[in-house]
Amino acid sequence: MSTPTIDETAAPHSAALDAAESGKVELITITLRIRRFNPEEHPDAVWVDYQLTVDPKERVLDAINRVKWEQDGTLTYRRSCAHGVCGSDAMRINGKNRLACKTLIKDVNPEKPITIEAIKGMTVLKDLVVDMDPFFQAYRDVMPFLITKGNAPTRERIQSEEDVQRFEDTTKCILCAACTSSCPVFWNDGQYFGPAAIVNAHRFIFDSRDEGAEQRLEILNDREGVWRCRTTFNCTDACPRGIEVTKAIQEVKRALLTRRY
Amino acid sequence: MATDSIGNVELTDSTPTDATAFLIEPPRKRTKTTAGRRSRTNFEMLAWLFMRLSGIVLVFLVLGHLIIQLVLDGGVSKISFAFVAGRWASPFWQVWDLLMLWLAMLHGANGMRTVINDYAERPNTRFWLKVLLVAATVFTVALGTLVIFTFDPNIS
Ligand code: HEM
Ligand code: SF4
Ligand code: FES
Repeated sequence: MSTPTIDETAAPHSAALDAAESGKVELITITLRIRRFNPEEHPDAVWVDYQLTVDPKERVLDAINRVKWEQDGTLTYRRSCAHGVCGSDAMRINGKNRLACKTLIKDVNPEKPITIEAIKGMTVLKDLVVDMDPFFQAYRDVMPFLITKGNAPTRERIQSEEDVQRFEDTTKCILCAACTSSCPVFWNDGQYFGPAAIVNAHRFIFDSRDEGAEQRLEILNDREGVWRCRTTFNCTDACPRGIEVTKAIQEVKRALLTRRY
Repeated sequence: MATDSIGNVELTDSTPTDATAFLIEPPRKRTKTTAGRRSRTNFEMLAWLFMRLSGIVLVFLVLGHLIIQLVLDGGVSKISFAFVAGRWASPFWQVWDLLMLWLAMLHGANGMRTVINDYAERPNTRFWLKVLLVAATVFTVALGTLVIFTFDPNIS
């Protein structure tokens, strides 16, 4: 075998492959159209365009950071981990709820202005920052903690692989609110528990170690509970963790229906 | 607005309190007491179930009704007092129409209740729209039922 050398006359590469191999980046100019809201200046939100040159393989969060750092320091938004773990930067990008830190610029049609706004159905405090209190209130209301009777075992609570699989999907939730704020029922009626709270109730209702299922089901059986769900699947589409949110809600409905009948 | 020692603004229940600040509020926010107002009945579940079951039955009743009334035997032009009188002479069509009336009205009314819950924001508006809905439903169901049972083909 000969030593591999770079042969200029070898088979032609695509421009993209060339760029990737040489580490070169093809920069493009994009427009971020951000819905700005300044509570101290004006009662209404306004759309503001920002132009910048970026590598399309960067994430939308990188572009937003650049706007804040280089163009307008007053731009306000939440982000923390920047790696899809903390759930703080859910926002509406081109009309769809996503985590800005998990969305590549090339995937959101950068030829056109990329619209960015706060998630819907919650009080907007400033720019992309919303009041998450009602969201976490709904979360607390389903009692998202282990409920058991009797004494705690001296060793761990044993669970079979099968038992884990029953609720494994809903353990992945990072409470980003992308699902709840994509739900049209929630947009109109913020009293509805919303998908995220139901997902987190599901996580305990179907956990074989937990004994509070009956209480949680009773809570979700009421006016603002699971029966308000109209199966639009917006939540499943929105979830950055790929949780089958609508399915989880349907499983809670089914558990309620088969509980006594 | 509460501010901690390093100048971070802490969000509290009443944030923001300064008069100059605006907010963009959504309709009907959840509060600490939302989950407290519990009815402890299965009404919402039964209503949900009823929508699905009545829907299945309505597929047959409504499609059958439309085909008989509007398609077969010359379509809509054949419908007259005599045609209606002829059908209601049979208990089968009486029961058919009665069932269709009740199921469609209750199904439609419960559907409208959902729509009111979705779109009416203020508690008062919600209440009065529902009163109106119940009144209209009871009136229509009662009148329809009365007509089906007391229909007189020889009325002059
Ligand atoms: C023909 C067979 C029918 C079927 C299979 C059917 C089925 C359904 C179902 C399953 C729902 C609940 C949707 C949800 O909760 O997500 C619904 C809602 C509704 N239905 Fe029907 N239905 C039928 C006929 C009717 C009729 C005849 C009326 C009017 C009298 C009607 C009026 C409504 C209304 C107003 C809603 C609420 C819409 C909403 O939730 O936004 N439906 N229907
Ligand atoms: S279910 Fe998915 S979209 Fe909803 S809060 Fe959890 S991680 Fe976010
Ligand atoms: S910044 Fe943590 S999830 Fe995006």
